[in-house]
Amino acid sequence: MAHIKLLNEELPGIVGLLNYRPETAAPLLVLAETLLRGPSNLTSGEREIIAASVSYWNQCHFCHTSHAAAAAAHLKSGIGLIDDIKAGLPETEVSDKLRALLHIAHQVQRNGKNVTEDDVAAARELGATDNEIHDTVLIAAAFCMYNRYVDGLGTWAPGPNEAYTEMGERMAHVGYGKS
Amino acid sequence: MPHITLPPNVPGIRSLFVFRPDTGGALCDLAQTLLYNPHPTLSAGERETIAAYVSNLNTCKYCTNSHAAIARHQLGEQAGIVKQVLADPETAPVSDKLKALLKIAARVQSGGKNVTEDDVALARAEGATDIEIHDTVLIAAAFCMYNRYVDGLATWQPEDGELYDKMGELRAREGYHNSSSTQLIT
Repeated sequence: MAHIKLLNEELPGIVGLLNYRPETAAPLLVLAETLLRGPSNLTSGEREIIAASVSYWNQCHFCHTSHAAAAAAHLKSGIGLIDDIKAGLPETEVSDKLRALLHIAHQVQRNGKNVTEDDVAAARELGATDNEIHDTVLIAAAFCMYNRYVDGLGTWAPGPNEAYTEMGERMAHVGYGKS
Repeated sequence: MPHITLPPNVPGIRSLFVFRPDTGGALCDLAQTLLYNPHPTLSAGERETIAAYVSNLNTCKYCTNSHAAIARHQLGEQAGIVKQVLADPETAPVSDKLKALLKIAARVQSGGKNVTEDDVALARAEGATDIEIHDTVLIAAAFCMYNRYVDGLATWQPEDGELYDKMGELRAREGYHNSSSTQLIT
């Protein structure tokens, strides 16, 4: 049970919190929509992989599984991607540039100051642009917020990966804050 | 030097808002709602103190200095509590409710799952409401984002205490949407 009395206790994860406080929900949804589905050199599939990876490192089951399911929906990969993200993508073909950006995201997840000049130089050598480095850092930072919000208030989350398929499709193809 | 090419002479998060205005808009709206807009029970000074406290735990100099300055300007005669809360909330002259909320904020900073039922029960026993607990968790979580964004791109973080005081005065008076002075201060 959540640490506070939500208006609708059937809504899982962040969904129940967005419903509880619409004033803060509005900017949180605009941020997710802009970062994950707005204009970017990175595909939405790549950005959802970053979001899902950071959420896994933060041990937030709801955010990890739902954003991994959204990545799977974008990439039409099947939901095996969810567990492959947990394992560091051994089975998924992703660019070396994305792997370098995921390393930067992992540094941000620990603390912003952990990102080194070498980390950034390595990403640049593989073709990463300023915009891509910026978006990677902000996606990683934003999920350090969303994850803490969801877990810090003790929300509930469905267990199995299969329970997130439909949610992932909606996040990928309808978007955030849209019905 | 910042990790990406940012506008010169614009400090901290403001340089990132100039770099990407569309995410900047959402980030400003969130700060405005959490910290500045009227709240049923928590004063702007208390909310800014929580923001400064979490930023200090994350060792983000820019966010700590700017939100501590905003908190001081919001708190007026009680401005002295900010420094004491940053040093040690337990001995700071603030209400037991705020101490309990600061404890929750510190738990969130170290990881969302670290908030225990006992932490929440203690806050409730001191009179904290659901919305206060909600907003404390979200302020702490949001500063785990802002701090990482500012440090993760190695933005310019001035040393000048007077500059932070000026930006604190401006934000306390006008909120987060005013950008007339962006070229100078946050």
